[in-house]
Amino acid sequence: MIRYIIKRIILMVPAIIATSFIIYFAMNMTGGDPALTLAPENATEQQIEEIREELGLNDPIYVRYGKYMLGMLKGDLGTSYVTKRDVFKTFMERLPNTIELAFTAVLIATLIAVPLGIYTAIHQNTWKDTGGMVFALFGVSMPNFWLGLMLIIIFSLNLKWLPSGGKEGIRSLILPALTVGMGFAALITRTTRSAMLDVIRQDYMTTARAKGASEKTVIFQHGLKNALIPIITVIGMQLSNALTGSVLAETVFSWPGVGRLIVDSISKRDTPMVTGAIIMSCVLMCVVNLVIDLIYAFFDPRIKAQYSRKG
Amino acid sequence: MAKLNDNNEVKSRSMAQETWRRLIKNKGAVIGLIFLLTLVVVSILSGFIYDYDTDIIALNMGEALQAPSAAHWFGTDSLGRDIFARILYGARYSLMIGVGAVAIGLVIGVTLGAIAGFYGGAVDQIIMRVVDVFYSIPNIMIAVVIVSLLGTSTVNLLIALCFTCATSFTRIARASVMTIRDQEYVEAAYELGLPTWKIILKHIIPNCLSPIIVQVTLLIGTTIIAASSLSFLGIGVPSPAPEWGAMLSEGRQHIRDASYMCVIPGIAIMLTVLALNLLGDGLRDALDPKMKK
Repeated sequence: MIRYIIKRIILMVPAIIATSFIIYFAMNMTGGDPALTLAPENATEQQIEEIREELGLNDPIYVRYGKYMLGMLKGDLGTSYVTKRDVFKTFMERLPNTIELAFTAVLIATLIAVPLGIYTAIHQNTWKDTGGMVFALFGVSMPNFWLGLMLIIIFSLNLKWLPSGGKEGIRSLILPALTVGMGFAALITRTTRSAMLDVIRQDYMTTARAKGASEKTVIFQHGLKNALIPIITVIGMQLSNALTGSVLAETVFSWPGVGRLIVDSISKRDTPMVTGAIIMSCVLMCVVNLVIDLIYAFFDPRIKAQYSRKG
Repeated sequence: MAKLNDNNEVKSRSMAQETWRRLIKNKGAVIGLIFLLTLVVVSILSGFIYDYDTDIIALNMGEALQAPSAAHWFGTDSLGRDIFARILYGARYSLMIGVGAVAIGLVIGVTLGAIAGFYGGAVDQIIMRVVDVFYSIPNIMIAVVIVSLLGTSTVNLLIALCFTCATSFTRIARASVMTIRDQEYVEAAYELGLPTWKIILKHIIPNCLSPIIVQVTLLIGTTIIAASSLSFLGIGVPSPAPEWGAMLSEGRQHIRDASYMCVIPGIAIMLTVLALNLLGDGLRDALDPKMKK
């Protein structure tokens, strides 16, 4: 098992190198000449040249990329053109906010969706099932930034229960987390329902009932346990999406997370910040995906056995 | 015995006819289909009813921020433009971008996926690793980066979105081609000496169409949401075009005094995507009745 983890971590390296390579080149080919951006307005040609030299811009791009990657190993992703602050530090300051939002959103989604998915599966083809599925259908069809706007109109402008943006305490977390969570809830509901439908007619379910197990034990111990893998997969996917893709909810609610950092930096043409933040997001996503794979092994002994065999 | 008609021919239904018959039995799919057809007709007609320069983008400050009324069914925006007209006219942006990006992504993705799945080996490895890299970056981020590199325009938005569609089609096409590649009829075609491209195009692709067709409908929906999201962030369809996401972005400035501006364009997006999802789910059941639960 430990050998498997080490192997997976080693396999992450080429993926991270490839991603950072593409992003670094794309950002540097089209980002314009940063020396011109940084130079004072009436700078002479010589001053601009000095800035170029200072930033190492006169080196060929592959040399710069190499230096960049070496720096990355030491946690040095360069300095922002705009704020003059360390990119890695800025990213790390924003990250806890994004993690907080992502985990709360996925938690809300799971708490709504898994019970709903089980419920609709048990009541398949009744109006209860239809109701649950209509909810899920609306959930996947709704743009989530629009849901955010609607929640603001209802809960902060009309009812005045919750703040409409910013980050002050737990109350400001509720609306953004609901916004991100509802789309996820829809997907998780659908997956849970179909995974449960797959196991619900298996013979071992009948056997368990025949042995006199209560309906609750049958559904949760025998049913849900065997349906867990696809459910965990989809929850995990949503978590890694939330960690890197809640740009819209962060924008609607002025939430100081990583997504907004990237979008703001793009509009300011802050190349080092954009490059660094996107590469870090990808690293994060790889790590989350690895953790999810390991969680499978925890829940499913068959997969654990497979890992051990492969070594 | 098969039923014979007047000309003594056996009445048979093609695969497409059979699918259609099953599809129109599905209420949701029919509602979705009717809604989408209506939307297409409306978006075409709106070009004749409204003049883009005078009705859609011209300022009319005297009538700014009027709540919905008989004169302006959906109210007017902060520049006095009729929201009803802008919504109808805006349908074409969402539809064209959704269909366009998915169509380009389809051609690129299916080609790459078919090559990867058919040849396997090193070709497969290279294609799939590149796809994996794009897959590991969140879709919205890819689009944000591409648009910010190329500049904000409708065409660049389309390019950005077709990237994510292409990766998704590559995976589906590869998986389907791999299962079909070793079937007897493909081997037979090989023995007959057909060139490889002809085998892929005539014998393999037609047999893996079902999952692709379903994915097309569902992806158009996702792409419409993505396009409106980017416009909402200010890097999609440029102002003053009446794109629904851009209208929501304008509406957000007036969320306190004219909340209808935030409500209506979102409903338009939601209904369109809902219709596509209903149709997609219906198509999935119709194309593969065994899968129906």
